[in-house]
Amino acid sequence: MTSEKLHDVRLHVNGSVHEVRVPARRLLSDALRHDCGLTGTHVGCEHGVCGACTILVDGAPVRSCLMFAVSAVDAEITTVEGLTEADGSLSPVQQAFSDCHGLQCGFCTPGFLTTITAGLRDNPDPSEDEAREMIAGNLCRCTGYQNIVKSVLRASQIQGGTKGEMQGEIQEERG
Amino acid sequence: MKPAPFAYLRPTTLEEALAALAGEQGAKVLAGGQSLVPLLSMRLAAPSMLVDVNGLPDLDHVHCDPSGVRIGALARHAHVLGSVEAAEVQPLLALALSHVAHPTIRNRGTTVGSIVHADAAAEMPMVLRLLEGSVDVMSVRGRRTIPAAELFAGPLESTLAHDELAVEAFFPALPAGAGVAFQEIARRHGDYALVGVAALVETDGDEVTRARVGFVSVSDVPVVVDVTHALDAPATAALAELDPAEDIHATAAYRAHLVSVLTPRVVAAATDHARSRAREVSPA
Repeated sequence: MTSEKLHDVRLHVNGSVHEVRVPARRLLSDALRHDCGLTGTHVGCEHGVCGACTILVDGAPVRSCLMFAVSAVDAEITTVEGLTEADGSLSPVQQAFSDCHGLQCGFCTPGFLTTITAGLRDNPDPSEDEAREMIAGNLCRCTGYQNIVKSVLRASQIQGGTKGEMQGEIQEERG
Repeated sequence: MKPAPFAYLRPTTLEEALAALAGEQGAKVLAGGQSLVPLLSMRLAAPSMLVDVNGLPDLDHVHCDPSGVRIGALARHAHVLGSVEAAEVQPLLALALSHVAHPTIRNRGTTVGSIVHADAAAEMPMVLRLLEGSVDVMSVRGRRTIPAAELFAGPLESTLAHDELAVEAFFPALPAGAGVAFQEIARRHGDYALVGVAALVETDGDEVTRARVGFVSVSDVPVVVDVTHALDAPATAALAELDPAEDIHATAAYRAHLVSVLTPRVVAAATDHARSRAREVSPA
C-alpha cells in the first residue's frame, strides 16, 4: 500500500499561524486538537449533531467535524482558547457560565461558548426564547440547559443588554 | 468515524473543476459538506477524489429579479435566508430554510448542495420541486438546465451525470395572487422532519385556480400532489397518491396521520397568504 498523500496547510487560528502537514481526510476538529495542540475544541458525535466541536470560521459558528483541515486554508478560525480577553480575563460569555453554573461536566461547554459568543454578537439582547433558539443546535448530555439559557441572558447583561428579568433570579440563587 | 482516504483537489477555476470531474469517475463535489462529510465519516460513501469547489470565484450569489431567485453553488443557507429581497420574491424560501437544521449548519451548508444531495427528508429539494424550479449544471460538455421534475431519481440520487457540477438553482417568483405556507413536525426543531408539508396556492379574485402540495420525509423522493380539484378534502387527495415510508423514526400510519393533519392546515394558510397578498396589491 502506498502511503497517503499529505498536504501542507496553513491554518490561521486565534490570531496565530499553524503550519500543519495532514492527509486530505483530516477533520478540522482533529487538526486543531492533534496538529495544533488546541484541545479545547471537543469532539463528540463526529457527524454534526452534537455541536461540541463548534468553532468560529470567519466569525460564524461552524462544526469543525464537518470541515476538512485542507478546506480551511483561507479562513480565520477562533477556537474556545481564542475567546479569552487579551489580558487573560474571562470573556463575558465565559464569566456568565461561571456565574450561572452553565457547565456541569464541561464536555459540551466549548461548543456552547463559541456558539453563544457569535449568537450575542448577532443578537446582543435576546429574549429567553431567542436564547433557547441560539443554543438549539448544541447538545448537553448532563441536560444542563436551564443554566445555559441563564448564562446566555447573563452574558447579554454583562455586555450591556437590557433584558433584566433574569437578574433577580440569578442573584437569588447565588445567595 | 473517520473518512476513508481520498485524493483532494481545490481548483481555482471552473474549467479546472470540470476537467477534474470528467477525468475521475469516482470524484465527488465538496461544497458545504454538511451532508457529505457525515456520509464519508460513517463510510457510507468513499469517493476516490473530492473536488472542493469552495475556491471557485463568482458562485456565491443570490440574484433576485421579477422572474425569481437564482442561487449560486456556493451560497450558504444562512446567506439565502438572510436575503430580504429573496424572501420578497419567493417567500417560501425563507419559510422552508428556517427549518433546515440549525444556524451553525446553515452557516456552512449550501442550498444548491442540499438540492443535488437529493434527500427526500430535506426541505429544499421539495421546495424546488413544488415551485417548479430548475438546476443548471455544467460539465466539459457544456451547460444544461434540469427541471426539478426531472432531477430526483431516488433516495440520495439525482439525475446529474458523474462529471456534472450544479452551478445554480432557480426558484421562480411567487406570482401575484399566489400564496405559500410551510409546516413540519420534527422531534426537535432543526431535526429532520417526521413529515413536512408546503403548499402553493394560486387565486384569481376569491377563486382558487390551482393548489399544489409538496411533502418532505414521506417518500424516497420529494413528492408534489395537485389538490386543485379537492380543496374540501386535500388530505384525502394527497394520501391517495402517497405511500408513506416506515422507518425507525415513525410508522407509515403515523406519517399518514401527520399528512392528514398538516395538509389542510398548509393549504388554508397558503390560501390566506394568497388573499392577503391580493389585497395588498389592489386595495379596496
